[in-house]
Amino acid sequence: MLLKPIRDVGIAGYGAYVPRYRLPGSEVDRIWTDGQGGSPIEEKAVAGPDEDTASMSVEAARNALARAGLNPQVLRAVWVGSESHPYAVKPTSTIVAEAIGAVPAVQAADWEFACKAGTEAFQAAMGLVGSGMADYALAIGMDTAQGRPGDALEYTAGAGGAAFIVGPAEDSLAIIEGSFSYVTDTPDFFRRPMQHYPQHGSRFTGDPAYFRHVLASAQQLMDSLGTKPEDYAAAVFHQPNSKFPERAARMLGFRPEQTRTGLLCPMVGNTYAGSSMLGLTAILDEAQPDERVLIVSFGSGAGSDAISIRTTEKIEERRDRAPRTQVYVQRRKEIDYGLYVRYRRKLHMH
Amino acid sequence: MSIPRHWRLQNQRYSMVGEVCNACGAKLFPPRDVCPECSKPAYEPYRFSGNGKVYSYSTVYQAPSGYEAFVPYTVALVKLDEGPLVSAQLTDVDGEEVEIGMPVEMVTRKLREEGEDGLIVYGYKFRRLLREEAA
Repeated sequence: MLLKPIRDVGIAGYGAYVPRYRLPGSEVDRIWTDGQGGSPIEEKAVAGPDEDTASMSVEAARNALARAGLNPQVLRAVWVGSESHPYAVKPTSTIVAEAIGAVPAVQAADWEFACKAGTEAFQAAMGLVGSGMADYALAIGMDTAQGRPGDALEYTAGAGGAAFIVGPAEDSLAIIEGSFSYVTDTPDFFRRPMQHYPQHGSRFTGDPAYFRHVLASAQQLMDSLGTKPEDYAAAVFHQPNSKFPERAARMLGFRPEQTRTGLLCPMVGNTYAGSSMLGLTAILDEAQPDERVLIVSFGSGAGSDAISIRTTEKIEERRDRAPRTQVYVQRRKEIDYGLYVRYRRKLHMH
Repeated sequence: MSIPRHWRLQNQRYSMVGEVCNACGAKLFPPRDVCPECSKPAYEPYRFSGNGKVYSYSTVYQAPSGYEAFVPYTVALVKLDEGPLVSAQLTDVDGEEVEIGMPVEMVTRKLREEGEDGLIVYGYKFRRLLREEAA
């Protein structure tokens, strides 16, 4: 049941992107509960008026290419996982592929599986490279998430994500040891066609959805590989808020210091398809050679992908070829609820 | 603007692909096929680094049609490191932060949308160097 290609593959390059604007949770709280409700996180990243999943993916992809030191023409796939593709019909991935100079001898497709569309694309890239069909494939998880005004999701639905170039193990800053996917039909969160905002099952999103899938994929991956939590220098879990990933890590037997570096939700919010992948970039920015890292995504609907990687000595020379994730996280321009409403077009003028 | 015209321009707009003159080495942006320096043919594509400095700037409060969503915004003449002077919007910047000589880098952003159901047009804009903004 372990997902592992015949040919050894790894991460040749990675790149992050987080927009500049931040909406403090206290602003949402001020508008909807008169400041009495509190906020699950400090603040969330908000895309500017000229940003969307395509433009943000372009920057993350350029960062990944810079780290890998690759000519974009060697990419055989550009895959973008998101639930906020700018068009309902027309691929985000062709825009990204064109902008980074990867066209025309390239596969391009958009992936959708709520918050785990990015790791889904990553696993497919493992297969494409691992089968020998391609030497390099680009997998992106990126979102500009939308929460209904006044809904619990509005505090956390953020913007950002990351891009990963999967390549042969011998040209990798981290080798992929294996992956495991755990999927069931669990309707914890969904959005129907033509609807602007999603519906969610409130507490139902916890135990039967997030925890069941995240714990199962992580545990079964570690069982398959014969690894234990103490074998990992760091771990990152999907971050719809701070509590869920912290609790999942604790239940699996990870210590808080193993998950601290990758836990970005308090500063940028839930970046949906970007969430666990963005956390992984922050870990790789700090990792030493020959360290194991566990990444566990979660997508509503529902499923979880767990991936185990081990860094190589190449990580040290490659990481500073592009801005570190914390550079994006620390770059911040605070906005109030009114400007947020304008930037995210929540006001309909008709 | 028509879809074919946007499509023809997307290579230069998405990633600043201009031309280089094989006769005198001048870098051209936008691409114009004839070198303005030596008048020789110049067809060789050249991808600009996207780095430059603000040469001059102004803030727009009354935007032309299609750009209303972004007001107020700053437009600048940017002197690219390779030589050409280009006009573009600055992004991720507050008007009061801009000054002549400020180093900037190219990013690809939404330039405009042709209505709620039309084409989304992407292209280059410039921002302050990311590393300096975060510092």
